[in-house]
Amino acid sequence: MTETHGGPSGERGTAGRPDPAADTGHPEPPPRVGFFTDTSVCIGCKACEVACKEWNALPADGFSLSAMSYDNTEGLGASTWRHVAFVEQTVPDTAPTAVPSPEGRTELGLSPVERAGGSAGGEQTEAEETPGSKIRWLMSSDVCKHCTHAACLDVCPTGALFRTEFGTVVVQDDICNGCGYCVPACPYGVIEQRPDDGRAFKCTMCYDRLGAGMEPACAKACPTESIQFGPLDELRERAALRVDALHEAGVPDARLYGHDPDDGVGGDGAFFLLLDEPEVYGLPPDPQVPTRDLGRMWRHAAGAGLALAGAVAAATATLAAARKGRA
Amino acid sequence: MTGETDPSAPVHDSGPTGRDAAPEAHRTGRRRRGEQLMVPRATFDSYYGRPIIKAPAWEARDIAGYFFLGGLAGAGSVLAAAHQATGAPRTATALKITSLGSVGLATAALIHDLGVPSRFTHMLRVIKPTSPMSVGSWLLAVYGPLAGAAAASALSGRARRAGAAATAAAAVLGPAVATYTAVLAADTAVPAWHGAHRELPYVFAGSALTAASGAALALGPRRETGAARLTALLGAAGEAAADHAMRQRLGTVASTLREGRAGRLLRTARALTAGGVALGLWSGRSRAAGVLAGTALLAGSACTRFGVFAAGIASAEDPAHTVGPQRARMAERARMAERAQAAERASEAD
Repeated sequence: MTETHGGPSGERGTAGRPDPAADTGHPEPPPRVGFFTDTSVCIGCKACEVACKEWNALPADGFSLSAMSYDNTEGLGASTWRHVAFVEQTVPDTAPTAVPSPEGRTELGLSPVERAGGSAGGEQTEAEETPGSKIRWLMSSDVCKHCTHAACLDVCPTGALFRTEFGTVVVQDDICNGCGYCVPACPYGVIEQRPDDGRAFKCTMCYDRLGAGMEPACAKACPTESIQFGPLDELRERAALRVDALHEAGVPDARLYGHDPDDGVGGDGAFFLLLDEPEVYGLPPDPQVPTRDLGRMWRHAAGAGLALAGAVAAATATLAAARKGRA
Repeated sequence: MTGETDPSAPVHDSGPTGRDAAPEAHRTGRRRRGEQLMVPRATFDSYYGRPIIKAPAWEARDIAGYFFLGGLAGAGSVLAAAHQATGAPRTATALKITSLGSVGLATAALIHDLGVPSRFTHMLRVIKPTSPMSVGSWLLAVYGPLAGAAAASALSGRARRAGAAATAAAAVLGPAVATYTAVLAADTAVPAWHGAHRELPYVFAGSALTAASGAALALGPRRETGAARLTALLGAAGEAAADHAMRQRLGTVASTLREGRAGRLLRTARALTAGGVALGLWSGRSRAAGVLAGTALLAGSACTRFGVFAAGIASAEDPAHTVGPQRARMAERARMAERAQAAERASEAD
């Protein structure tokens, strides 16, 4: 990153492109929409996961227990487009865990818990028994970020991934040929191939519902408005107010994630309010779209190709000169 | 690196998030009981040690094999043209056949790895400069027939002029076929590949040249091995230099090139390549030495590609390799911003 400061090396300028839909060529697109997931009011009910599965008719993942708190979904994938993370933390008693709810909201009192003890028998750690500490839960519903500069879309060789008029990123499953390039390209580890047919799938932000003027199924189902859907500009304003309110209420660790249009992916269409570092939730702290370095990569590939040809030419010339010398 | 993260810390064995930090909190808590301090996080956090990015689901045999075969084909076309031009027609013909065979096998490997092979043609639906795989598909679509024409003409002895043109054109595209695969791998979020995006093309170019030189040594007649001996040396030297630079650049992530399957493969590659180059010096006197040297060079090149592939997978599967470099980048950025601010203050004070 440091190398790209103050130069034209960001092969695709990352700043000053606020409207990906228009940039893609949609004439007069509607305002860009997105998700603001306020994890401070998430209660871990997984209604979003279920609503997403139902609406999008996603295959079941089978019944298995992960031993990761209440998280048996484990992560986003081809058949899981919303994933609720459950983080159990031991924190000092003084740490703020009572997160004030937004105005006009009923406090449900499910988070945090006081000294819940070992959740999975025998796994009680030393720290949990320590006086002066308590356990807090962080819950967060993760989703595709619908990046402004989307790596999956950039690297897709078939055009199966495309930018919608709403500024979101969607896979056309009748075009995808299962090359799997989008999977390692995503800096968030969102998109995945289904093992049975090899095609890649991810959140569409309910493209079908958006077209009908409805909100995505997860946002509709969320009982605490942890998942908020709307025009991205509005959501960003609302999020800024919320994080200020939390800071004032004594929750200094509250921070926005993915809201900044100047970050490595040009800002996320789905951004978050987190209560700890991103990696605690399994999110990358400073994601970058790999294609931002593509120009430099091609230049080095050209240099390497020329070096290869040059080495062959040099070897041939040396040999010819040696032969001439002998003759 | 920031003081509060240690990207080299192993995270596989760490418990759920927070438990990483818990022992430290506990220890400090005992020392300073009663003090109201937030304990700085001592170790790297992760979500139950799960990877942050997803490793490609590609089969090593298909994709690392493709990297190797593409290199052999591309560099082989360059060497073939050089041999043709300097009066070594038998080696040139052998290389043209190798290139055709390799690019054929490579394409088969690519199609085999597709989740929906029947939709291979969708690759040629669009031309997307932002997708190295799209660029590569078109490159192969042009290069493949050229390699085929060059080989067919050399084998049949017909259409010599067209054959020469195809040989020349394949030699022009050859370096691109050999090196674009490095861009394909580097244009991902995989830490060991993307982190080495400057060096990887040179590693692949060197590896491709040693492979093609190996094919020339193994298949060409004794009297024609002079050029291949030299190119094997140049390729191996270039690859070694680029490999060194790559490891320097990767920092902590370079451990994925040293450890496990990748480490074993890359050490084997180095030994085979060095042995092949040395043995190649006798290839002018002994046919057997040439065959052995060539085989070692080919195997060495294959091991390099499978090793780099395995390192990429290992780096993707460990969240520390995703978080570590990103945290380092953030710290560096903060340092730069601080410095800029200080400079601004100083200039204001003047």
